[in-house]
Amino acid sequence: MPSLKELKDRIGSVKSTQKITKAKQMVAAAKLRRAQAAAEAGRPYAERLSAVMASLAGKVSGDSAPKLLAGTGSDKRNLLVVVNTDKGLCGGLNSNIVKAAKAKATELLAEGKDVEFYLVGKKGRAPLKREHPQRIGNHFDTSTVKTPGFEEADAIAAELIAMFDDNKFDVAHLIYPTFQSALVQNPTVNQLIPVPSPEGDGDGGDAVVEYEPGEEEILEELLPRYVKTQLFGALLEREASEQGASMTAMDNATRNAGDLINKLTIEYNRRRQAAITTELIEIIAGAEAL
Amino acid sequence: MALHFELVTPAKQVRSEDVHMVVVPGSEGEFGVLEGHAPFMSTIRDGAVQVFKTEGAAPELIEVRGGFAEVGENGLTVLAEHVEA
Repeated sequence: MPSLKELKDRIGSVKSTQKITKAKQMVAAAKLRRAQAAAEAGRPYAERLSAVMASLAGKVSGDSAPKLLAGTGSDKRNLLVVVNTDKGLCGGLNSNIVKAAKAKATELLAEGKDVEFYLVGKKGRAPLKREHPQRIGNHFDTSTVKTPGFEEADAIAAELIAMFDDNKFDVAHLIYPTFQSALVQNPTVNQLIPVPSPEGDGDGGDAVVEYEPGEEEILEELLPRYVKTQLFGALLEREASEQGASMTAMDNATRNAGDLINKLTIEYNRRRQAAITTELIEIIAGAEAL
Repeated sequence: MALHFELVTPAKQVRSEDVHMVVVPGSEGEFGVLEGHAPFMSTIRDGAVQVFKTEGAAPELIEVRGGFAEVGENGLTVLAEHVEA
């Protein structure tokens, strides 16, 4: 049985929590709009690049294809690039991503392959480390910049490609949340390296395209750029997902806090009433006894 | 009688307009693109893209870094990594 004072303190504490969640919700809502706009603004580039890739990849024949496209010829060592957020307070977003990453890892391990993780963002580290302590590889910290942009994608891509060139892994998968709405963010698993051959080649027109310097040189330049763009897209999606999930989670939290405050206030008033009644009864009883 | 010109960076679509001519700094030399140019693709070096809104007009310069240019049926598309604002 908490005393009146304890109840009052409890109400006060829930109220201040509600203030925080409400503020966080509004911040997330404002940021979401910006993140969504950024994600949409990045789409034309990615689409163009894929279209060009599709028309080029069909033209460069098997043997001369760069390693990034053809792969190392093996698929033994897998790298899972997991994109998580840096901050919490966004509901089940991170645990869903981690779940998807674990599922992929289990699937690959069951096939007898090696798995290593490359983590982007802070939040995936602890839960993945618990399950796969020896498989955690490098980590890219995005928490130092306010909004991860193309430079970060550039840096991650450079590191991944360097690792690939050093023959550290054969296949890389990218795991990131795709933003659908403030309520739905689905974890997505995409093959990153070797760059998957785009479907439907040859629909870039029958016209003979001239290339300068040459098809292979262009492709060679294009592939790292493609990887970069994929990572950039993942970062943008992550940003939008984080804000969306955060907004929803904080909205729920604010509502729950409101419910709790109502319940506690009723309890408090009832208790106060009971105390007054007891006091009155005591006085009346005392007066009658005289 | 116009060339559709698009300039896209990862961050946003910088330009999408009809112009007279665009001169692109290709990695093997600058090339001008007019309407009806044959399909062509080239990587670009860092430099200025010159946009001629109309014939004989003074060119507008846009500094771009890294990327490539593609000329297709629907005009010229420059995918640049970075555009100097």
